[in-house]
Amino acid sequence: MATVSTKEIKNRIRSMESTKQITRAMEMVAASKLRHTQQRVAAARPYYETLLDTIGDIVASGSAEESPYLQQRPVKRTAYVVFAGDRGLAGGYNSNLLKAAYGAMKEQDAVVLPVGKKATEFFKARQIPMLTDGAEAASVTVGDCFSIAKHLCKCYCQGEFDEIVVLYTKFVSALSQVPETLRLLPLTPEAAEKSGKEVLYEPGCEAVLEAIIPEYLGGVLYGALCESRASEQAARRTAMNAATQNAEEMIGELSLKFNQARQAAITQEITEIVAGS
Amino acid sequence: MTSFQLKIVTPDGLCFDGQAEELIVRTTTGDMGFMAGHTNCVAPLGMGRATVVVNGQKRYGACIGGMVTVLDGAVSLVATTFEWAEDIDLPRAERSYERAQKVLNDKSATDTDIRLAQARLRRALVRKGVGTMK
Repeated sequence: MATVSTKEIKNRIRSMESTKQITRAMEMVAASKLRHTQQRVAAARPYYETLLDTIGDIVASGSAEESPYLQQRPVKRTAYVVFAGDRGLAGGYNSNLLKAAYGAMKEQDAVVLPVGKKATEFFKARQIPMLTDGAEAASVTVGDCFSIAKHLCKCYCQGEFDEIVVLYTKFVSALSQVPETLRLLPLTPEAAEKSGKEVLYEPGCEAVLEAIIPEYLGGVLYGALCESRASEQAARRTAMNAATQNAEEMIGELSLKFNQARQAAITQEITEIVAGS
Repeated sequence: MTSFQLKIVTPDGLCFDGQAEELIVRTTTGDMGFMAGHTNCVAPLGMGRATVVVNGQKRYGACIGGMVTVLDGAVSLVATTFEWAEDIDLPRAERSYERAQKVLNDKSATDTDIRLAQARLRRALVRKGVGTMK
């Protein structure tokens, strides 16, 4: 009996070892990708912030109140842009975000524009109407973000939906990523401060807003995409790190068991020999 | 010559951050020039050459889409793409130009294809124009 169980344990240890190797490799890959994506986030940030400031200034100046982008319509239908990953094995990255998204859109009439295979599958299974067939998060480029933004603006102005919300995972640090909800349109003038500065809009306030809003949406979408990508890699790294540690722990336990079983077998043999002589 | 703070940002990163004496960019309504002491201003950008004068030296860049803002004397150029003349990949622009021409000459091309090709052609022309001005 003892020999069978040592063999079994040995097999389990071996399979555990190979699993550990895989998870460790995935951790390394995620760590290196994380560095890249983090750089991308840092590079896009000045652009994103300048854009946000400028839009904020225009809106706060109160000179473009007639613009369709500023009109608060009663919300009948909301468009959600959801950024998730293409692959699993990233801890709670996908499920946290998709749960938050589903919770928000359950109660109302919603259309969704999913980015990432996981998001596409999720919404397909729940039969929520989709604007597009869904894209792979890894293959979306800056250009795609801008064309998505243009399309959204057009649909928004035609009244297909009355609100645009983007859901993404904010990259707080390598250890913490939080699902975030951001309302893109309509813009809300922050009543707090009216700068009162005289600003020249060339050729006109409305025209400027008309031209800049799609740009702004594109920029924000791209920013959200970068953040989501970095979060995904960070989440995967943490998850794989934990998996590697668990594997190590289990291997430790199993080796202990293996040694005990071996020892027991030897002891038994000795006893048999001694008893036999 | 008095200078002003100029910042050029794109989604791919910061292209320029420092003092400049003059900036000329192509907006949707035509070229617009900025010098120190310009009034607060916002204008959307078209596609075209951007000229930046730094320490009396002219630098050129291909600037496509976005906007330019002046706030309290500081100018920010928020562009969708911005490439300095020396960074432009001319053979790539040439190829892009030829590809666009081919689509435009193709009788069976759809409206969307033609629109995309036109945009590509314009971008390629801007890049080619700026890229040869090193």
